[in-house]
Amino acid sequence: MSDPVIEVRELRKTYGSGDTAVHALRGLNLTVERGEYLAIMGASGSGKSTLLNILGCLDVPTSGSYLLDGIDTAEFDESRLSLLRNRKIGFVFQSFNLIPRTTALANVELPLVYAGVRRAERRRRANAALELVGLLDRAHHAPNELSGGQQQRVAIARALVTSPAMVLADEPTGNLDTGSSREVLGILDRLNAIGRTVVLITHEDEVAAHASRTIRVVDGQVAGVLV
Amino acid sequence: MRLLEIGLFAVRGVTANKLRSTLTTLGILIGVASVILLLAVGNGASTAVQQSIAGLGTNILTISPQRGGGGNPSAASSSKPLTVADATALADRTEAPDVKSASPVSSTSATASIGGISYSVPQFVGTDPAYFETTNSAVATGNLFTDDDVAQGRKVVVLGATVATQLFPAADPVGNAVLVNNIPFTVIGVLATKGSSGSQDGDDLAVAPLTTVQNSLTGYGGLSQIVVQATSADALPAAQAQATTILNGRHRIGIGQTADYRMLSQEQLLTTRTATTDTFTVLLASVAAISLLVGGIGITNIMLVTVTERIREIGIRKAVGAPKSTILGQFLVEATMLSLFGGALGVAVGVIGSQFTIAGIKPVIVPSSVLLAFAVSALIGLFFGSYPAGRAASLRPIEALRHE
Ligand SMILES: Nc1ncnc2c1ncn2[C@@H]1O[C@H](COP(=O)(O)OP(=O)(O)OP(=O)(O)O)[C@@H](O)[C@H]1O
Ligand SMILES: [Mg+2]
Repeated sequence: MSDPVIEVRELRKTYGSGDTAVHALRGLNLTVERGEYLAIMGASGSGKSTLLNILGCLDVPTSGSYLLDGIDTAEFDESRLSLLRNRKIGFVFQSFNLIPRTTALANVELPLVYAGVRRAERRRRANAALELVGLLDRAHHAPNELSGGQQQRVAIARALVTSPAMVLADEPTGNLDTGSSREVLGILDRLNAIGRTVVLITHEDEVAAHASRTIRVVDGQVAGVLV
Repeated sequence: MRLLEIGLFAVRGVTANKLRSTLTTLGILIGVASVILLLAVGNGASTAVQQSIAGLGTNILTISPQRGGGGNPSAASSSKPLTVADATALADRTEAPDVKSASPVSSTSATASIGGISYSVPQFVGTDPAYFETTNSAVATGNLFTDDDVAQGRKVVVLGATVATQLFPAADPVGNAVLVNNIPFTVIGVLATKGSSGSQDGDDLAVAPLTTVQNSLTGYGGLSQIVVQATSADALPAAQAQATTILNGRHRIGIGQTADYRMLSQEQLLTTRTATTDTFTVLLASVAAISLLVGGIGITNIMLVTVTERIREIGIRKAVGAPKSTILGQFLVEATMLSLFGGALGVAVGVIGSQFTIAGIKPVIVPSSVLLAFAVSALIGLFFGSYPAGRAASLRPIEALRHE
């Protein structure tokens, strides 16, 4: 039975125009089933991040369609998009992107605040998410008081605190050592095990091995499905 | 999302970087306070002049001795003093029909004391009774002295309000004796308050018969002044011409020679002074306008820096699902808090600062300047604190996140 969460058709993304135009995506097609664990690989500059940003509704394609849960995202207005980002998608950035001078707990609570969750409930769920990533004891530290691995785990806690249907992670282990990588991947594995769709970008085969399917992006197109 | 949450985010945003917030507040504070203060000083100066205009008659000529003039242009020492005879001649009905009275004035500073209290009177004036009418001085309690007192050289004195309260804080001065430079005088009256004219206290004086003052304090040398009153304000030019003719004759001043006296109508005096303070006010107003401009640019600058520095933060908030309106609301509240707080402190500092006498001028606050300074600063702060934030919030999250 096919129940795609993500359906991407002829996706193109061009940065700039004229002679200096960069064609990051050149007619890319991709379908991701609900509950799937997908790894995206490919050379540097092949368009992986560009693709994931569009999937996370952080950017818009130049042309082509992106259907999320069967609905074309081009039809969504600005407020509908922020609602989507808030409820459906948990995004983990390669560079963490935590709000500086703000505690880990407050950072994790942030999506819940915009979701309109009440204070006590928010606290409870943020603490639970931090516990899941094993950082409950660091809840009241600001990002600059945390290690890179800990910051990435806070970012993951923030991505999963709203229980989104899909988690998108752009090289979540790119800046981490093997130990931290294993912890982060363990969390993503568990998320997938409870039915969340997980899409991650990686350069490492060991990381891709956690996924149920791996695709390779070459020059803005899906080159072929690997094992 | 509730308004309370937006407010909390704003409070956190303001307190997260205390130095930046303090500097923003300070910038607004200084802008607002300096505008209020500068305009208050300018206004204070012109108010003082206006008061002195109101307090003086427009039919008065003041004649005072001028050194360096005289009948013989080569010798400065030929200057003749002003005398009582000059004053009498000026009051001549036939020679000067437009002169109502001419009061000789001989004044000095003197120390008045009673019991343990001693007060130094800056102006102890010896003159005739016409002086009171000429200078618009009314009696509050007791009586003024008479021509008879002048003729007899009686040691009586009429005190100005300031002198009266200094020497007699509790009691009624009338009928008491005071020692003026150790010479006993009887207080026969106290003048009504006239208020200060400019930086000078118009009530800080004592008036006694000319003969008495010359006899016991100043001696019979030249007069300090002759105060001439014309029959009316319209007759002033005629009176001035007649007085000049009489004095030139008496002092043997030929045509084209410099007079050894100076004759000024109060109007002439005031015109010069008003012109000076007008220039002063214009100067201060332009300085105030410049401070408002500089303050405004400072506020603009710091607000722009604040927002630009936080465009990444805006990107993060958008990425986790913050609607544009919420982000805009947060920055609007932040800018409002900083602007209103800074503006209110600025008004407080400006108003408190205006209570002090600055360079001899009692500042008088211009109410519209408070409003103008506050409104301009607050609006600039609000606009540049929220407009760029709103623009950043309209970016796609990824664009805001990539912002350097
Ligand atoms: N904002 C941008 N403006 C112009 N060109 C861009 C922009 N973002 C990406 N590109 C270009 O688009 C192409 C694809 O970039 P992308 O970030 O998707 O690569 P990637 O596959 O994620 O690479 P890496 O593995 O190094 O992260 C690159 O050639 C890059 O230079
Ligand atoms: Mg990338």
